[in-house]
Amino acid sequence: MTLPELLRFALRGLTGHGLRTALSLLGVSIGIASVLVLTALGDGAKRYVVGQFQSLGTNLLIVLPGKTETSGSFGIGGVPNDLTLDDAEAIERFVPQARRVVPVSMGTEEVAYAGLSRQIAIVGTSPDYLKARQLRMASGEFLPADEFSRGAAVTVLGHKTARELFRGEDPVGKVVRIGGWRMRVIGVLARQGVKLMMDFDDVAVLPVATGMRMFNRPSLFRILVQVHAHTDLDLAKQRILDLLIERHDEEDVTVITQDAVVDTFSAILGTLTLFVTGIAAISLSVAGFGIMNVMLVSVSERTREIGLLKAVGVARRQILAAFVTEAAIISGFGGLLGLALGFALVHLGVRLYPVFEASPPVWAIAAAMAVSLGVGVVFGMLPAWRATKLDPVLALGRR
Amino acid sequence: MIHLAGICRTYQVGDQPVRALVDVDEEIREGEHVAIMGPSGSGKSTLLNVIGCLDRPTAGSYTLGGREVGGLDDSALTQVRRHEIGFVFQFFHLIPRLSAAENVELPMVFAGVPRRERRQRAAAAIAAVGLEERAAHLPEQLSGGERQRVAMARATIMRPALLLADEPTGNLDSKSGNAVLEMLDELSDNGLTLLVVTHNPKVAQRADRILFLVDGRIAKRVAGDQVGELVALLTEDD
Ligand SMILES: Nc1ncnc2c1ncn2[C@@H]1O[C@H](COP(=O)(O)OP(=O)(O)O)[C@@H](O)[C@H]1O
Ligand SMILES: [Mg+2]
Repeated sequence: MTLPELLRFALRGLTGHGLRTALSLLGVSIGIASVLVLTALGDGAKRYVVGQFQSLGTNLLIVLPGKTETSGSFGIGGVPNDLTLDDAEAIERFVPQARRVVPVSMGTEEVAYAGLSRQIAIVGTSPDYLKARQLRMASGEFLPADEFSRGAAVTVLGHKTARELFRGEDPVGKVVRIGGWRMRVIGVLARQGVKLMMDFDDVAVLPVATGMRMFNRPSLFRILVQVHAHTDLDLAKQRILDLLIERHDEEDVTVITQDAVVDTFSAILGTLTLFVTGIAAISLSVAGFGIMNVMLVSVSERTREIGLLKAVGVARRQILAAFVTEAAIISGFGGLLGLALGFALVHLGVRLYPVFEASPPVWAIAAAMAVSLGVGVVFGMLPAWRATKLDPVLALGRR
Repeated sequence: MIHLAGICRTYQVGDQPVRALVDVDEEIREGEHVAIMGPSGSGKSTLLNVIGCLDRPTAGSYTLGGREVGGLDDSALTQVRRHEIGFVFQFFHLIPRLSAAENVELPMVFAGVPRRERRQRAAAAIAAVGLEERAAHLPEQLSGGERQRVAMARATIMRPALLLADEPTGNLDSKSGNAVLEMLDELSDNGLTLLVVTHNPKVAQRADRILFLVDGRIAKRVAGDQVGELVALLTEDD
């Protein structure tokens, strides 16, 4: 018996049992589609968060005052040394891997203009902040290139801050009051959206020295260090640590890589993906049971048919081949249908929520196809497997 | 052609053995036309199934054309069923989703007969049983008599030397029954070895010999002139 003959016979089997075929197809394709959609969701969530971190700048080291491991005891006095602008300058001078060194001091103050006011986050920093945090300008200039210690009375406003306070007026060149200080607005940031818990649309950015004076705090909030290449991170981290230990006479700072944070989140999200995949696997096996039921319901009918085939001299392996072909057609075709359905749904989802760049991972597609083929073939073949072992008269059944 | 020696077939129903055939010895020559009669449950179908290689005896020896059937493996049995034996069932056993012609073609499909030849032979066989018009019909669209004619065409399409029919007219009215019987007679006249299980003395009358089964044993063998006498006796009983 040739392959085309086999296919023809199997197809007659499928078209001859329209309802059963349709139900099996439905079972397989829903299973596959749900695997695709669910894993795409998990994967999309992961990409989203990783993307958020990357939008905050790459190859970044963050220097924090205080040592996280030994909570409670800092040196003899129990209080860490301040993280100062001099520290930042030292890093800039002595750590060759550092491409940008950006001191940051943070606070919250009231920003007022013409009777309107907002309580917002104030960031005191240096001009390189713009590049290190990958921010863009809407109008005007960012902070002037100065030495860290020169604190001009200028500010750059976030997109929303400018909109709310100025109501359509051009803020550049106007004077606002920040915590009672008069500051000239020199620029407005472009709309950034919320980047990982920090709202860059509702801020006022000022020179770091100005900020430190305004908040009356001797220590920086942190120092961002952007290195030239990803491979520089570890070395730079060590150098910075060594340098600051030498300057402070003790280890009272923490240096973390932003990538480490990303990695942690990735791991969490990997778990999420795994979880989602678990759900997918369950949905796939539910679909599998569906197929199995549909296949098994017809066992008595099919057993009689197999008995007849044996009685007219069809060989066991021919019968098995016919049934495997039939099952493979169902699950293969159902699988393709499911892929189409799944991709369509994912595509639709991405259309509706463009920030969510979801796509089903290749391994999930492969696994889904493998399982559906496997389940389909095994359970499609099971009745044949058992029935072909019977003597024809038993398979034919008594009436 | 067929040689049975000490054939037993015991079914196990729970822990109760049911002895469907007990020590059956019989010799059937090539070209013979034999009827098998007996009360319901006497083992007629079981005997026919054993001879047709659809069932295996639990004891005894069965030789077909000089070969011991008990010694054949699955693929050899497949060949025997495919080429040497045709079987007609009381309940037709056509495949419902295949047309009349496709049902007739079925044994040839798996025997590897080329498509064109298959088509021609199936069409000829369908025509020979008077169903040209209905070749494309599904079994459910055919009457009982027509279905049994399709089944006859299927049973003979591989040109077997032995045709077995288990109550072939049992589910048919007398008119379609007669048509089937005439076809059987014709096959027998052409030299086919024919075994027919029947309850009907008029069917048995056409045979050269009658085997009479009771409780799984051949209780009586009737041949030649005695066939008519026995049949007359049985018919009076009715
Ligand atoms: N598959 C089976 N399982 C159990 N008992 C069976 C089976 N087939 C037949 N029998 C028993 O074997 C005996 C002979 O059956 P059968 O050959 O069908 O009789 P007949 O065809 O003469 O009516 C009966 O008692 C029947 O109940
Ligand atoms: Mg019977």
